[in-house]
Amino acid sequence: MGGFFKSSIGRKVAMALSAFFLMVFLLQHFAINLLSVFNPDVFNEVSHFMGTNPMVQFALQPVLIFGVVFHFIMGFVLEIKNKKAQGVAYVKNNGAANSSWMSRNMIWSGAAILAFIVLHFIDFWIPEINTKYIQGDWSGTLEGVEGFRYYEELTHKFVSPIRVGAYVLAFIFLALHLLHGFTSAFQSVGATAGRKKTLQSIGKAYSIIIPLGFIFIALYHHFNH
Amino acid sequence: MALNSKVPKGPIKDKWTTYKDKINLVNPANKRLIDVIVVGTGLAGGSAAATLAELGYNVKAFCYQDSPRRAHSIAAQGGINAAKNYQGDGDSTYRLFYDTVKGGDYRSREANVYRLAEVSANIIDQCVAQGVPFARDYGGLLDNRSFGGVLVSRTFYAKGQTGQQLLLGAYSAMNRQIARGKIEMFNRHEMLDVVKIDGKARGIIARNLITGEIERHSAHAVVIASGGYGNVYFLSTNAMGSNATAAWKIHKKGAYFANPCYTQIHPTCIPRSGDYQSKLTLMSESLRNDGRIWVPKHMDDVIAIREGKKKPTDLSEDERDYYLERRYPAFGNLVPRDVASRAAKERCDAGYGVNATGEAVYLDFASAIQRYGKEQAKIHNIENPSAQKIYDLGKAIVEAKYGNLFQMYEKIVDENPYETPMMIYPATHYTMGGVWVDYNLMTTVDGLYCIGEANFSDHGANRLGASALMQGLADGYFVLPYTIGDYLANEIRTGQIPTDTPEFDEAEKEVKDRIDFFINNEGEHSVDYYHKKLGQIMWDKCGMARNEQGLKEAMSEIKALREDFWKNVKVPGNANEMNPELEKAGRVADFLELGELFAKDALNRNESCGGHFREESVELDGEQKGEAKRNDEAFTYVAAWEYKGEPADAVLHKEELEFNDIELKQRSYK
Amino acid sequence: MSDKGMNLTLRIWRQKDSNSKGQMVDYKVTEISEHMSFLEMMDVLNEQLIAQGEEPVAFDHDCREGICGMCSMYINGEAHGPDRGVTTCQLHMRMFNDGDTITIEPFRAAAFPVIKDLVVDRTSFDRIQHAGGYISVNTSGNTQDANALPISKHAADEAMDAATCIGCGACVATCKNSSAMLFVGAKVSQYALLPQGQVEAADRVKNMVAQMDLEGFGNCTNTGACEIECPKGISLENIARMNRELMKASVS
Repeated sequence: MGGFFKSSIGRKVAMALSAFFLMVFLLQHFAINLLSVFNPDVFNEVSHFMGTNPMVQFALQPVLIFGVVFHFIMGFVLEIKNKKAQGVAYVKNNGAANSSWMSRNMIWSGAAILAFIVLHFIDFWIPEINTKYIQGDWSGTLEGVEGFRYYEELTHKFVSPIRVGAYVLAFIFLALHLLHGFTSAFQSVGATAGRKKTLQSIGKAYSIIIPLGFIFIALYHHFNH
Repeated sequence: MALNSKVPKGPIKDKWTTYKDKINLVNPANKRLIDVIVVGTGLAGGSAAATLAELGYNVKAFCYQDSPRRAHSIAAQGGINAAKNYQGDGDSTYRLFYDTVKGGDYRSREANVYRLAEVSANIIDQCVAQGVPFARDYGGLLDNRSFGGVLVSRTFYAKGQTGQQLLLGAYSAMNRQIARGKIEMFNRHEMLDVVKIDGKARGIIARNLITGEIERHSAHAVVIASGGYGNVYFLSTNAMGSNATAAWKIHKKGAYFANPCYTQIHPTCIPRSGDYQSKLTLMSESLRNDGRIWVPKHMDDVIAIREGKKKPTDLSEDERDYYLERRYPAFGNLVPRDVASRAAKERCDAGYGVNATGEAVYLDFASAIQRYGKEQAKIHNIENPSAQKIYDLGKAIVEAKYGNLFQMYEKIVDENPYETPMMIYPATHYTMGGVWVDYNLMTTVDGLYCIGEANFSDHGANRLGASALMQGLADGYFVLPYTIGDYLANEIRTGQIPTDTPEFDEAEKEVKDRIDFFINNEGEHSVDYYHKKLGQIMWDKCGMARNEQGLKEAMSEIKALREDFWKNVKVPGNANEMNPELEKAGRVADFLELGELFAKDALNRNESCGGHFREESVELDGEQKGEAKRNDEAFTYVAAWEYKGEPADAVLHKEELEFNDIELKQRSYK
Repeated sequence: MSDKGMNLTLRIWRQKDSNSKGQMVDYKVTEISEHMSFLEMMDVLNEQLIAQGEEPVAFDHDCREGICGMCSMYINGEAHGPDRGVTTCQLHMRMFNDGDTITIEPFRAAAFPVIKDLVVDRTSFDRIQHAGGYISVNTSGNTQDANALPISKHAADEAMDAATCIGCGACVATCKNSSAMLFVGAKVSQYALLPQGQVEAADRVKNMVAQMDLEGFGNCTNTGACEIECPKGISLENIARMNRELMKASVS
C-alpha cells in the first residue's frame, strides 16, 4: 500500500479522499450556520458544544486542519507536476471545445478559496483560539451579551458590506470548485460505473445549494441587523 | 536453378503433421546463440517475431512506423477465417482448403493451402488466449459471419476492426518479449538491403529514419514480412508508407519474385474525388449483402446527374441498370470481387460513371430499407404502415448492420447514404503475388524467408475475403517458427556474425551511394510526381483488364519514366536527418522497377485467372460469353522471375502446380 | 464557397530536430477543395514547398483511414482538429472557410518530444505496454479451444470498446496535464474485463501505472477533454476502472 500513494493514481485518490472529508465538513458547517437564521439559541448551543467539546477540539479539529492543508498542498504539488508534464505550451489551445472552465481552473478557484479561508481564520478561528487557549476563557459568553456570544459575533461580522461581498465572491468560487470537484472525486476513486448521471445530478445540486445557502446566510444577517 | 518447392511426400492431410514430427530442432541452449532479423511487424512479422522470441531466439524486429502497432494489417475490417465449424454448418479443414484453392482460381500450391486451413483453428484459440475481444453471442460463445465465395459461416470478427484487434494481439505478444529482452525493437527503421555471405542471408542494412544513420545488423536468418506492393498503383487502400522495398531488394539479391501480376482490385471503395487524392478507402465487402449496384440506363440521365440537374433518387426503377443482377442472375450483387470490379469498369468505360471523374457506380440501400421496413412492420404487427414508418423501421435495421460504415462514408463524401445511394468504385487492395517461397517459406536465397502478403504462396490468383489475416498469422505463429528451425539447426556452430566484413561494406556503400545520389541530384520533379505517373500507367494498362498492346506499352512507358526519374527527381533536405521525401524516393525507385516486371508477368500470362484478366482470353460463346477464360494446359504454373539487371531481362522459372486433391473447374456465377 | 476552392493561411510549427528550437511559420495555400482531407491539403503545401526549393513540412501519417493512429496534429487548438470522432487524416477541408488562418502544432507533452516539425516521439506509449500490456501466453498450438471459456457478450463488447484505442496520443495532447490515463486505462480495462487476463491483473495495473509515471505523464484531473477529443470515443469509465483496479491491486 505504501507505493500506492506515491503513484499518480494514488495521489489523485488521496486528493479525492480529502475532498470527501472536506465536503462532509462543509455540509456540517452549513447545517450549523443555517441554524443562525432560524433559531439563534440553538445555534448558540451547538456552537458552544463544537467550540468546547474536547472530542471536537482535540480530535476532529486537527484532522480538519490536516485535511485542509493536505488538500491545498497536494493540489499545488500536483499542479506543478502537471505543468512539468506539459512541456512546451501550445500557441493556440481551445480548451473550451472539450472541457468546462471549472475543470481547467481548479487551481484558481482553489486559490480563491484558500484566500477566503485565510480571511475566515482571521475573522473567526484566530479570535476563537485567542479567547480559549491564550486568555483561557471557555465560558462562551461575552460582556454585555445575554447567553452565549456566538450569534452576536456572527451577526457582527456581517455588518460590513465589503466583508459580505468578499464572502459572496468566495462562495461563488467554491461553487465553481465543487461543480467540477464533486464528480471528479468520485471518478478518482473509481466510483462512477453506471451511476454517472445520478452522481452528476447530486453533484450539481450540492455544488449550487451549499454555496448559495452560505451566501443566503451572509446576506440575511447583513440585511437583518 | 530449378525450383524445388520441397513439399513433403504423403497424403495431403498428413503432410504437415508428419513433416513437423521429423523436422530438425534447435535445442534451447543453442537458440540463445542464434539471431533472427524480422523486417515488418504486421500480422505476419509481429506474430513471427513474438513466437521466435518465445522459442528462445534473439530477435531483432524492424518497422518503418513509430510503433509495431501501426502496421497496415491494422486496417483490415471484415474478419478472419478459420475451419472451426462452431456453427455446425459442415465446415472442415478440407472445405476451407477447397474454397481457398477454388477462390484462388487454381493457381496456388495445394500443400501450402492445406496447411493454412489446418492451422487456422489454432489461430483463433491463440488469439482468444491473448485477450483478443472477438464478437460473441449471448451465450458467451464466439460469433461468426459469412463472407463472399463460400457456403459456410467461418469468419470470426471483432466489429469492423478485426485486423486491428489481431494486430494488437500480436503486438502484445511482442511487447512481452521486448520486456523480456528477447526482441530488440527498431522502430522508425527501414531496411534498405539484405547482406549475403557465402550465398546465405546474414544481415541487413537499415536506415534510422530519425537520424538518417545507416546501420548494419547481422543475423543467422532474415525474415521479410513487409507486406504487399499495391502502392505501385499510387492510389490503393494500402497505407501511404506501404512499400515493396524490402521484397524488391531481396529480389535483386537473388530471391525470385512470383506472379507479380496477381493483384486484387476490390469493388467497393470510395471513388476518387480529385487529382489531389492520396489514397482510397475501402468499404467492407459486407455492404454487398444488402446494397444493389447500378448505373443509369440512359446516357442523358448520366449527364444530368453529373451536371447536378438530376439526383439518383429521381430515376425510376426502369431507368436504372442493375448490371450485376442483369449479367449474373445467379449470384447478382454477390459475385466475387474480381468479377464485380470488372463489371463496374465495363460500365464506366462505356461512359456510365456517375460522378465528375466518370469512375463511380451506385450502391443503393433503398430497396433494403424498404424490404427490412416491411418485414419489421409485420413483426411488430403494424397494420397499413405509412411510407415514412416503413422507411424508419428499415433504416433502423440498416443502421444496426452498417452504421459505422455509413458514418465513415458520410465523413469522407459529405453525403448521407441513407438518403442518396453511395458511390463506389474498385481500388487496388491486395497483392497475391510476391516473393517466391518453398514449403518452408524460404526464398531462393538460403536463410532468407518471406511471410505474409509479401510472399506469393496461398491465395493463387485471387484471395477470398478474411483470408489475408488468416495467412499472416498462420505463417507467423504456426509455420515459420517450425520451418526456420530446420535451417537454423545447422547454424548452431556459426557463432556471432560480424558486421565488419567486405559484404557488409559493399552493401552499405551501395545504399549510401543511392541516398547521396538522391540528395545531390538537382532534379525538377518531386517524388510524388513520378509515383502518380507510374500509378496512372499501372491503372490504365495493368488494371482490371489487360491486353498485349497495353502491357507492352506499359513496359516501355515505365522504363522511360524510370529513366526520367533517375535524371530529374528532386529530393529536398539532407541524408542525416528525418527526411520523408528521401524515404519515398527510395520506395518509388523500387516501384518503378517492380511495375515493369508486373507488366512483363501479365504479358507472359496470356490467360485470365482470378484478379488477372486478359482481354484476349475470354469465353467466346455460350452462356459464359465475355467471361474470364483460364488456360490450364498452358498456365498451371507459378511464374517465378529471376532478376538479371533490367526488369525486362528477368528470367522466368516455372513451378508447375499439381492438383491431386482438387479437380480444376471453371468458375461460373451466371 | 466558390468552385475555385479556398485560400488559406497555415501557421505551422517548424522545428529542425529535437535539439533545435522551433517557431511558427506562415504559409499560404490556394484553391483548396472542400473535399480534400486535411492531409491532402498538407500534401499540396509540401508539393508547393518542394517546387520552391524549401523543405517540406514533416508530419506523421500512414493509413489515412483513421485506424493506424500515426497522424497527430493539433489543429486550431484541438487534437485532430475541430471535427469529432475523427483522426487528422479523416478531417476534411469542408470544416474550414475561405480566408481562414489555421494553426497547426505537434502534439505537445514532455513525454512526447518533438522529432521534427509536427512529428513527435510516442514510444513512451510502447514502453507502458512493455510493462504489462499483454497476457502471458506462449504460441504452442495446443492452447485450449477458443470456446472452452465462454465470455459474456456484455464483457466482450465492453472489452472491445476499450480495445479500439488506436494509441494516437490525442488524449495526452489535449489534456492540460498531459496525462496518459485514458490510454493506459483503456488497455488495463480491456484485460480487466476479460477472464483471460485475471491471473496477472494486479501486477499489470501496478507496472503499467508505474511506467506511465516514470515516463513523465501528468495526473488526471478529470476534465474529460480526452474523451471528447478521442477519435475512437474511448470512455472516461476506463480511467475509473483503472483507478479501481489499482486500489484493488494495492490492498491485496
